[in-house]
Amino acid sequence: MFRAVVRLSTSGVRSLARIRPCYSAPLASRCCSHAKVETDEEFDARWVTYFSKPDIDAWELKEGMNTLIGYDLVPEPKILDSALRACRRLNDLASAIRILEAVKDKSGPHKDIYPYLIQELQPTLIELGISTPEDLGMDKL
Amino acid sequence: MLHLTTGRVGCLLSKQAVVALTGSGARMSSHGHHEVSDSVDMSQPMYWDRLDTPLPDRPWKDVLDSTDKSLKQKEKGPWTALSKEEKIALYRLKFNHTYPEMKRPSHEWKTVIGGMFIFFGITGLVVFWQGHYVYPPQPPTFDEEWQAKQLQRMLDMRTNPIEGLSSQWDYKNKQWK
Repeated sequence: MFRAVVRLSTSGVRSLARIRPCYSAPLASRCCSHAKVETDEEFDARWVTYFSKPDIDAWELKEGMNTLIGYDLVPEPKILDSALRACRRLNDLASAIRILEAVKDKSGPHKDIYPYLIQELQPTLIELGISTPEDLGMDKL
Repeated sequence: MLHLTTGRVGCLLSKQAVVALTGSGARMSSHGHHEVSDSVDMSQPMYWDRLDTPLPDRPWKDVLDSTDKSLKQKEKGPWTALSKEEKIALYRLKFNHTYPEMKRPSHEWKTVIGGMFIFFGITGLVVFWQGHYVYPPQPPTFDEEWQAKQLQRMLDMRTNPIEGLSSQWDYKNKQWK
């Protein structure tokens, strides 16, 4: 989807402007093609559903993650939560940590996105026992 | 002097080539079968370290010894039971470099700038030698005396008298304005 930055909650974190393209409505406006445009909520829901597949296999996880990281956006916490749970079902802790590293890298110069994601994912991280790269000292060279 | 510097550049370049090859996975740390040639078998799932593609086709280490296998068994249970070292070990089994390691700065720029200056230097030497040995003698029109007479002639015939050369010459006092 074409949003540049993930939407932040009002829980104390400064909100970043959400840059929406002019054709955010489902009905196409004059300036663009006639294809139906997916809203951000639909995008998120689609990806949450993708990773929530109970019998997801390693290939699907890999393919999904690589595709998701290829998009020009940082995934919402709920998508990442779904992906981390998929890693749990696949008994793959290393990939879970890799996903956290990848979204930190995706944030680029926006240093406040990753702490927000970790804050939102904290319950899942504690529940599944996933340590962040920072906890393991792997965020330094 | 020249062959020493090219040797240094060559050594640096070959070191980088080795690093690039190992990074691309030509010789893996514990790959099952032996490759006769240095090229990668593209028909097999490959490993890569890429920022934009976090999960490669295969794990870094796919030939596991017994400690690795027992750790993988433990991974099937609750991850809260794993120690930090075990979690790091599991990561290192599956991946070669972490993201910070992938993004580590290299010293390649020094090779590039150094190589540039070496080639500038060689070119400078070639140009100097050429000026000394190849060029014909300078025409007489470049001599100081000739240039002075040339300038005097131009002023005498009032070259560009309105805005150019002769307009800058004070004919009464025989000097530049």
